[in-house]
Amino acid sequence: MPTDDATATPAIEVRDLHKSFGDLEVLKGVSMTARDGDVVTLIGASGSGKSTFLRCINMLDQPSAGEIVLAGEALSMKPGKGGLVATDRKQLERFRARLGMVFQQFNLWQHMTVLQNVVEGPIQILKVPKAQARERAEALLNRVGLWDKRDQYPAFLSGGQQQRAAIARALAMEPRVMLFDEPTSALDPELVGEVLRVIRSLAEEGRTMILVTHEMRFARDVSSEVMFLRNGLVDERGAPDQVFDAPESEHCRRFVQSVH
Amino acid sequence: MQWYWLPEYLPAFAEGLWLTVQLLTLAIVFGMALAVPIGLVQVTGPLPLAWLARGFCTVIRGTPLLIQLWLIYYGLGSLFPFVPAIRESFLWPILRDAFPYAVFAFTLSVAGYEGEVMRGAFRGVPKGELEAARALGMSPFQVLRRVWLPRALQNVFPTLAGEFILTLKATPLAATITVFEVYGIGTIVRQETFRIYEPLLFVAAIYLVLTGILILFFRWMESRMPRRRA
Repeated sequence: MPTDDATATPAIEVRDLHKSFGDLEVLKGVSMTARDGDVVTLIGASGSGKSTFLRCINMLDQPSAGEIVLAGEALSMKPGKGGLVATDRKQLERFRARLGMVFQQFNLWQHMTVLQNVVEGPIQILKVPKAQARERAEALLNRVGLWDKRDQYPAFLSGGQQQRAAIARALAMEPRVMLFDEPTSALDPELVGEVLRVIRSLAEEGRTMILVTHEMRFARDVSSEVMFLRNGLVDERGAPDQVFDAPESEHCRRFVQSVH
Repeated sequence: MQWYWLPEYLPAFAEGLWLTVQLLTLAIVFGMALAVPIGLVQVTGPLPLAWLARGFCTVIRGTPLLIQLWLIYYGLGSLFPFVPAIRESFLWPILRDAFPYAVFAFTLSVAGYEGEVMRGAFRGVPKGELEAARALGMSPFQVLRRVWLPRALQNVFPTLAGEFILTLKATPLAATITVFEVYGIGTIVRQETFRIYEPLLFVAAIYLVLTGILILFFRWMESRMPRRRA
């Protein structure tokens, strides 16, 4: 649940994030705060920088400037090739372990079964005993409706099933914050619902999530805050009702109408 | 056709077979241990190492194995006796023998060819799967060990299997530097019995059987790997 205490340490804070690809500046200073239990949704046209913003949070893309603070701890960064790089690799790995990422293309490891995909992180990174990791993975797979597929290889699953497995893989790390990068964009329309149901159930149990999506109805339902990005800047932000029904920005109004 | 000589030489062929198997196995094991980093640095850099690996592969693949073998044995091998430190060291009994030079030459050959294969294999692993591993908090080494390398090997396993079989059939070259593996024994039989074709046919049959065993072995290994959807 979102805490009412404004002074509580936010689960994650991103301050004034900039990102350039060569001469092209795709993020021109974007900030975001998510307290525990918040669901922050980023919407915007293709190329507005929302996916890049999400990928910068766990340094899959390197920001050119800005700050990332996870549960009060700032990620130490220094200038490097291609932008800022983590000063301390161990700290970055610790950060990433606490940020569960779900990709548009699922990115399950094809040489492992579904169950192996889910236990991999806990066993290799968190050093959880095998039996315990397996037990927890089976519970998670049961939760996303894939327990009976646990010994299958990802190539034999539908896109929706693969994405639910990928969500289980991220959850197995017991992350502080979940990052969803257009989790339903690569899915056939009839498979979108099953994935959104899982994400919704996570929102309902109070997980902190940052979500990039084109599913406007869904964004409206689950978000505590919606950010509309345009040309690398936050053009509109606020509660879903405000952003979708009474946006101040003309661009936001038009975008929301066009995709509704 | 006359096969009267066969019983007399069977024990020698058994020894030759053992040498062939050892040579092939050691060359594959050491060669792949080199091929993996040679392939990897060509994808990850740093640039000078990538160039070095690239150059190595080009030289090995661009020159006949027979000449590499001779350069290593007659060239390198003939220099060592002039270095007293080597002559007096505990390694001398090994360096006096031809077999280690054959292993060395075949190892370089496997490293050169398979380094090239591994370069493509590493490059062929979907970037997203590596990102997923990094996003989970894996160290670069964990990404390599748990995802990148197994995925790469899985993709090129049939290619590697074919290459290893070609390597087997190149092993008779070792006979030219006095390593008496299967073919080398065959030449001895020829010289001592003046039979030309029977020993050659027998040797060919041995390689055929070895190849068959290898194919079955690789097929069995492949069947244990995760299958991809057709």
